[in-house]
Amino acid sequence: MGIEVNGKTYETDEEGYLANLSEWNPEVGSAMAKLDNCDLTESHWEVINFLREYYEEYQIAPAVRVLTKAIGKKLGPDKGNSKYLYELFPYGPGKQACKYAGLPKPTGCV
Amino acid sequence: MADFEIPVLNEYTRTPDLKKGVMAHLKPFVAKEVLQQPLNFPGELVENWEEKAVAKLGELKGKYRSLQVFLDICVKCGACTDKCHYYLGTSDAKNMPVARQDLLRQVYRRYYTFAGKFWAKLGMPWMVGAKDMTKDVLDDWYSYYHQCSQCRRCSVYCPYGIDTAEISMAAREIMDSIGVGQKYCNEIIGKVYKIGNNLGLPEPALADTLEGLEEEVKADTGVDVKFPLDVKGADILLITPSADFFAEPHVDGLIGYAKVFHEAGVNWTMSSYASEAANFGMFIGSYENMRRISRRIRKAALDLGVKRIVFGECGHAWRVAYSFLNTLAGPWDFLDPRYPVPQHICEFTFDLMKQGKLEFDKSQNDHRVMTYHDSCNVARASRMGDKPGGQMTIPREIIKATCNNFHDMPKDTIGEATFCCGGGGGLLTDDLMEVRVKGAQPRMEALKNVVDNNGVTHMAAICAICKAQFTKVLPYYGFTMDQIVSVHQLVSDAIVLNRKTD
Repeated sequence: MGIEVNGKTYETDEEGYLANLSEWNPEVGSAMAKLDNCDLTESHWEVINFLREYYEEYQIAPAVRVLTKAIGKKLGPDKGNSKYLYELFPYGPGKQACKYAGLPKPTGCV
Repeated sequence: MADFEIPVLNEYTRTPDLKKGVMAHLKPFVAKEVLQQPLNFPGELVENWEEKAVAKLGELKGKYRSLQVFLDICVKCGACTDKCHYYLGTSDAKNMPVARQDLLRQVYRRYYTFAGKFWAKLGMPWMVGAKDMTKDVLDDWYSYYHQCSQCRRCSVYCPYGIDTAEISMAAREIMDSIGVGQKYCNEIIGKVYKIGNNLGLPEPALADTLEGLEEEVKADTGVDVKFPLDVKGADILLITPSADFFAEPHVDGLIGYAKVFHEAGVNWTMSSYASEAANFGMFIGSYENMRRISRRIRKAALDLGVKRIVFGECGHAWRVAYSFLNTLAGPWDFLDPRYPVPQHICEFTFDLMKQGKLEFDKSQNDHRVMTYHDSCNVARASRMGDKPGGQMTIPREIIKATCNNFHDMPKDTIGEATFCCGGGGGLLTDDLMEVRVKGAQPRMEALKNVVDNNGVTHMAAICAICKAQFTKVLPYYGFTMDQIVSVHQLVSDAIVLNRKTD
């Protein structure tokens, strides 16, 4: 399976997550979101960029409280909660935002 | 919202008319070689897999006497037929427990009974409910043994006590042994071996997350509640599901445990090596993998030099811990024998309550009207405290001590008769969303009953899978995702920190 962006095919797994994480670029993220009928706005990118920064340092997506705290610090306390994140990513910030950010899907009892 | 029909909630659970094969299309993703290999399973369907599957069944029935008895003893009385939440929610005939069992039993009868072998020679194995091991049979196994959450509700009603969970586990073990594994479970087990937990949360991320929680509690309460990690010489090792670090509402439960430890004044720690309570080895019926996962807890306990082990809110982890930990990873003779080995966090909190060492301001939970969902592995496969049924009463006692408003759901849906959340047994994966949503119907009906009649606003649970499953499926039935809470979240909200003592 794969996703085609600007003439290049990027391999994905069964659920549409990028197989080779280093291949990611913002166009791939946008294309993945389009497939889910989601247009990425500035607000989405703020979350996606934080996910990528965190992943680079820790090799895992941030826990929900780490994420809400960081977003709250950046964008104000009214946005530092999971309600705001679910409005942006209705399928769950952990799974949906990770996908567009080119991160692996969080596994386990989540 | 969904590309399948969402069941309508009735006033009480109704037994649906049988439909043939309506769920046969549902199959979870198959594990690729890279996910099979760390578990010592073949990477793809092996040659002569039919013979090897039959031989593996022979090995398992020899190793587990219960399995052979369960395969021999069913009299087709039908008592189990309307007891499975997946049958009730999907109407698929093969989701009736007896039909699910028969998928394996037909192969057992064909190759391991005189009647089956005799009639097979005459070309009529079906005369005695026997069937050759074929690709169709394997496909049915893969589909329907992944529509069983191993919750064991059917076994409560079976006059012989046949445990479908053990049959499901055996079928999954056979499939793994011929190279047909489930991606969700096997990927997760691999992460435990590689990193230490189901999520793949490495030590630096775990440390950072826990530090963040300390700051959060300090900001909320002004109190320095610690979340210690890898502290050598601590008295208590907390083993908790990694979802407690990562997800909501799980993390609010973890904050609750930390506050209880703080008030108890005990010296406790978590381990980055054994940073997982869950043991998916049980779901796939693999004794070897279950043992390997359990041994990590032993190693962490020895390395850190702890005297006690306490388990956080995780349903099947508590079954493994309570029922099997001693044979899997014992002897535990280096732990303090004055305490249960291991102990559940609910037992720990309840003990302190009885000793008068915790004080609660129940009014902090007055915005909630509570009910309690018994998790299947806790209710039907374990115990808490020193009295029969303690696993049912202790969590309720904790809720009642921390909340003013509590109502139980209908009797035939709780306690020993509890309905599974719909996501247990290795089914908590997006590729099985259809059966997860449909299988949640009986629980949702029971919840609706107390919401409508008693004004219940929230449901508490002590299992990471239940919490994650409800967060996802509640909205399909018109509820909101935040109506599921952790039991220790209620403790966290009501506990009086640094109370004055004489």
